[in-house]
Amino acid sequence: MEEYFASGHTACAGCGMPITVRHALNVLGKDVIVVNATSCLEIVSSAYPRSAWGVPYIHSLFENSGAIATGAVASLRAQGNEHTKVVVFAGDGSTYDIGFGVLSGMLERNDDVLYICYDNEAYMNTGNQRSGSTPFGAATTTSPAGKVKHGKMQWKKPIAEIIAAHQIPYVATASIGYMADFESKVRKAKDMKGARFILVLAPCVTGWNYDSAKTIEIAKLAVDTGLWMLYEIEDGKFKVSYKPQQFKPVADYLKMQARFKHLSEEQIKTIQEHMNKAWAEVKQ
Amino acid sequence: MKKTVEVSIAIAEAVKNCEPDVVACYPITPSTHIAETLAKFYADGELKSFIATESEFASISAICGASAAGGRAFSATSSQGLALMHEVVYAAAGMRLPIVMVVGNRALSAPLNIWCDQQDSVAERDSGWIQLYCESAQEGVDTAIQAFKIAESTMLPVMVCVDGFYLTHTVEQVEVPTLEEVRKFLPKFQPKVKLDPENPISMGEYATPEYYQGFREDVHRDHLAAKSRIVEVDKEFEQMFGRSHGGLAQGYRIEDADYVFAGMGSVIGNAKEVVDELRAKGKKVGVLKIRSLRPFPGEEVRKLLEGKKHVAIFEKSYSLGSFAPVYAEVINSLYPLRKRPVVSSFIGGLGGKDVPTKTVHEIFKMIKKREPLEIWI
Ligand SMILES: Cc1ncc(C[n+]2csc(CCOP(=O)(O)OP(=O)(O)O)c2C)c(N)n1
Ligand code: SF4
Ligand SMILES: [Mg+2]
Repeated sequence: MEEYFASGHTACAGCGMPITVRHALNVLGKDVIVVNATSCLEIVSSAYPRSAWGVPYIHSLFENSGAIATGAVASLRAQGNEHTKVVVFAGDGSTYDIGFGVLSGMLERNDDVLYICYDNEAYMNTGNQRSGSTPFGAATTTSPAGKVKHGKMQWKKPIAEIIAAHQIPYVATASIGYMADFESKVRKAKDMKGARFILVLAPCVTGWNYDSAKTIEIAKLAVDTGLWMLYEIEDGKFKVSYKPQQFKPVADYLKMQARFKHLSEEQIKTIQEHMNKAWAEVKQ
Repeated sequence: MKKTVEVSIAIAEAVKNCEPDVVACYPITPSTHIAETLAKFYADGELKSFIATESEFASISAICGASAAGGRAFSATSSQGLALMHEVVYAAAGMRLPIVMVVGNRALSAPLNIWCDQQDSVAERDSGWIQLYCESAQEGVDTAIQAFKIAESTMLPVMVCVDGFYLTHTVEQVEVPTLEEVRKFLPKFQPKVKLDPENPISMGEYATPEYYQGFREDVHRDHLAAKSRIVEVDKEFEQMFGRSHGGLAQGYRIEDADYVFAGMGSVIGNAKEVVDELRAKGKKVGVLKIRSLRPFPGEEVRKLLEGKKHVAIFEKSYSLGSFAPVYAEVINSLYPLRKRPVVSSFIGGLGGKDVPTKTVHEIFKMIKKREPLEIWI
């Protein structure tokens, strides 16, 4: 099979992001234009005069990929091209925070774009600062564990739900720990029209600080502990994609990563209860 | 007491000792370590607030709100971050909000580049902010403190420009004034006007053509008046700490020099080194350091350069389609002279391109002739 994301990129060993991109492109094929926001992905894949991309690629800025994509697809369609897909790859920083306004505009207009956010739960390219996606309790360099504050003290922004509130045709969450599920979601989104959004959990070895051999294991455990819920919202209908028969304790997941190492048993309990409550509220 | 520390950390400590009410930052290389250090102070209970915003647009907006509500407010940024702030940068000056921002100078996209030049802050030079460019690590630390005093007494925002990596990331011996020392130097911020229910005022109204230009002119006149304030604050700082950084502009071994290297920021340190070497060989060469780009010290520059044969300006930015910015300022300052020095412009170090001292020696050879040059080195 032809690969569209070459192995010569410079991501850290064990990084979840290239795995996300490579598998998504394998499903999407060659007839795509990739729009990328400034991020680790951009830096590791596009240092001039090299490029890891085997499909057309544009990086503009950190906060505007939603609108670059809007313009690109409008241009293609205006030129009579009805087939080429425009796909955004963006990090959580750009999706949840700095590019959120622009993304919301793209969604509200229901522009014909597939937007894939690889979520590593912080600004990794600049050295692990908190984002709207950083989970409760995680220590980052701008939410450090200090004498009076103990990591990020707010919950993660429920971005997929906020995006679904725009009433676009397709919203899904995925994890690279459940690759077949992710690929099938990309496959489904590929041939739909309008704005589609997939949020993929893609662990960061450096920022989460774990053994680089454990990326897939951690991405799986996020789902198995119930902390990362896999679901789809298709034409407004919510459906859980996979529910573990029995949840593993959230502590199993938290204790594998140094970003949580300062947490007290009390805080771990708070996270466990938050997770229990989230699942209790799910209408299945 | 001197300590050996990364300059960003020292700057953050200096800012903390100025006791800001509100700090709002967003990560961007090479200013990130300033934000991270302030976040750590906050997590340890040593800073009143640290707002990790969702964009630089929000950071500067938050510190504008903080300042309008009567607080001392600070942010740090670089490059794309500053560019994203642009709209608010103008509004902050127009609303006369005395905020302070450290800019870790870095190139602008595209192509993306994280290394040093000064295009980011130079692009904001017409906004109404005071802009001070720092030569050394120590100057960055001291200017951050001076900046609050200048801003709060002129009601103009101040940008403290420190070259990315060359200054932000070097580990050096610096002296960081302590909290007690800073308290003696920097009075409490007591704005004459603020958002106050006891004394309601309106800020940021719209102004019809009848009034608008008057507001702009006011900012300009106050910039001219701020020149003496910048010099004064540097002197007051010297009285208390024994260090000054050249007020608006400063010559080095310039009195009897025929040839002068000029520029802004960390390049001045290198130029001084080369000048010392050339002086040892009997060459009549000196340095002009431009510390304040806004307000621009036209008269001071004219006085310092009058009678010189050739001035070579190091530029770390360019006004594409026209001239290099510092060159244009200097030429303009020299225009009233009957006999003007030849001025040449050397564009180097854009996007972090290395300019070794060897090149500076070569430039010295080039300016022996009397024809003006523009060279992209
Ligand atoms: C306006 C602006 N602010 C800040 C930056 C610096 N910056 C580049 S990438 C990045 C973080 C990216 O985070 P995310 O989107 O989560 O992607 P990741 O690097 O984690 O993969 C930041 C802060 C920038 N390029 N532009
Ligand atoms: S820092 Fe994290 S996200 Fe970035 S390349 Fe390394 S592992 Fe991947
Ligand atoms: Mg991220």
